[in-house]
Amino acid sequence: METGVLGKIYHDAEIVVKQGEKGDCFYVIQDGLVEVIEETDRGEVQLALRGEGEFFGEMSIFEQQVRSATVRALGEARVLTIDKKNFLRRIHEDPSLAFHLIQTLSSRIRELSAEVAQIRAMKEY
Amino acid sequence: MPESSMRLENGSQIAVIGGGPAGSFFAYFLLDLAARNGVDLGVDIYEPRDFSLPAPQGCNMCAGVISETLVQNLATEGINLPTSVVQKAIDSYVLHTDVGRQRFVAPSHEKRIGAIFRGGGPRGIREIKFIGFDAHLLSMAKNKGANIIRSRVTSVERMGERLQVKSRGMDKEGYDLLVVAAGVNTATLKLFEQENSRFVSPKTTKTAIREYRLGTESVDKHFGDSLHVFLLGIPKLDFAMIVPKGEYVSICMLGKDIDDGLLQAFLTAPEVKSCFPDDWHWDEPDCQCLPRMSTSAAAQPYADRIVFIGDSSVSRLKKDGIGAAYRSAKAAASCAILEGVASEDFRRYYVPFLRRIELDNNFGRFIFFVTHILQRVRFTRKAMLQMVAAEQLSPDVPPRMSNVLWDTFTGSAPYLDVFLRILHPAFICRFAWGLVVSAMGG
Repeated sequence: METGVLGKIYHDAEIVVKQGEKGDCFYVIQDGLVEVIEETDRGEVQLALRGEGEFFGEMSIFEQQVRSATVRALGEARVLTIDKKNFLRRIHEDPSLAFHLIQTLSSRIRELSAEVAQIRAMKEY
Repeated sequence: MPESSMRLENGSQIAVIGGGPAGSFFAYFLLDLAARNGVDLGVDIYEPRDFSLPAPQGCNMCAGVISETLVQNLATEGINLPTSVVQKAIDSYVLHTDVGRQRFVAPSHEKRIGAIFRGGGPRGIREIKFIGFDAHLLSMAKNKGANIIRSRVTSVERMGERLQVKSRGMDKEGYDLLVVAAGVNTATLKLFEQENSRFVSPKTTKTAIREYRLGTESVDKHFGDSLHVFLLGIPKLDFAMIVPKGEYVSICMLGKDIDDGLLQAFLTAPEVKSCFPDDWHWDEPDCQCLPRMSTSAAAQPYADRIVFIGDSSVSRLKKDGIGAAYRSAKAAASCAILEGVASEDFRRYYVPFLRRIELDNNFGRFIFFVTHILQRVRFTRKAMLQMVAAEQLSPDVPPRMSNVLWDTFTGSAPYLDVFLRILHPAFICRFAWGLVVSAMGG
């Protein structure tokens, strides 16, 4: 058994964050996969899959709003929690700490823009 | 603000003396920041040691604890520590006193502290199945584009505007920036304490580290996933901790004038011996060292085109030295890329960061002074332990003492934070009540 495993292990289908709950942290996946799900009146919609090294739950750091989606493990996943307080304190001292996060958010906006463009193009046809 | 007269530009050459965490972090973040700004730099790291070798050839002599703050900061930077580097993930500490022991689980209920070996493991290790922390960081810097020169620096000279580095086997000139990341345990800092230099190394104190091989199963059984902290009231001993790491445990002791007598007094204390298996011999360590730890800041840790980082500039008092190395390395790298490398640039943009650590260390000195006083008296030790025990038993009680001790022992929060929590009226009232009960024999 490996003893140097940082973070917390979530088993298959175990919920890491629940849509609608208040959040004061975000997460970095150390190992495995999670799925991001929006719970709607008509059922669940899978928004994204996130893998090793990726963030999730970061919106609650910057917005005073509840979690916008549920995230659960897809298979066994190991996840590290990043405290909001620690993150904000450190970013105040060293704004470049946010580079990696901003880069990720930027690439997600790019992906979403491409999806929106694709959907609009499909509607026009 | 006038622009610096000395800036790094395309083709600038940087020498980093020392490939420990401070040097590797500096090279990594400098090259990262330079790439983001479209600047192409050449970085040489001078490091004679091979960190893949067992001690003492590959070791940087430290307790080897990566604080949960640093683990989080690195993960945010996209640097996740692999299981091949982390020897033990820690989620709790056990406080040992002569009036009992109490386990306290991390406020996060998550394994966010990493126990690591700095080099290739203790002396006599049979098989190296892991990667040392320093070797891992150095390979990260190399992957970013740094060039590793396996040579000891023997002198540094100014050659007009630029700097020349002489090392065993080669001389190289034309450096636009020299970064001194040699720790207080190396002789390299003496090179910079010359008559015409205003740099003065930090003051240091001796610490003691011992490593014992018990086997993975035995380490898990006796020490679990916890740091073991001892407040035993032994004169001259400020603090001692046992860190489980794979098949070994490291014992780290901080105090005044640590010598063989103090080591023996601690290692033969019943509270320590009871942690170990019956056949453990305290006087047969697999590896040991008496490294120095900085206790003050360096004077003038900068000059034109020269900057000192890591514990050769300032470190956190008694804790989280690797975290302080990460922070000073990043601050110096940001200053060099964004502001310039003249003495005035470092004074204006880098030194304030060092002053913040220094200021925080003053609060740390007060906290360790109070801890030192409290641990000398039996009933105050008992009161602390009872307060932690009560907090652990009742989820409704805010874990004020537990969190104060957690952050003090693990270096997870600034000392100022811990200081303010100690001054909280609820903390003072509950601890005062605990002292009364303890003094009355409760």
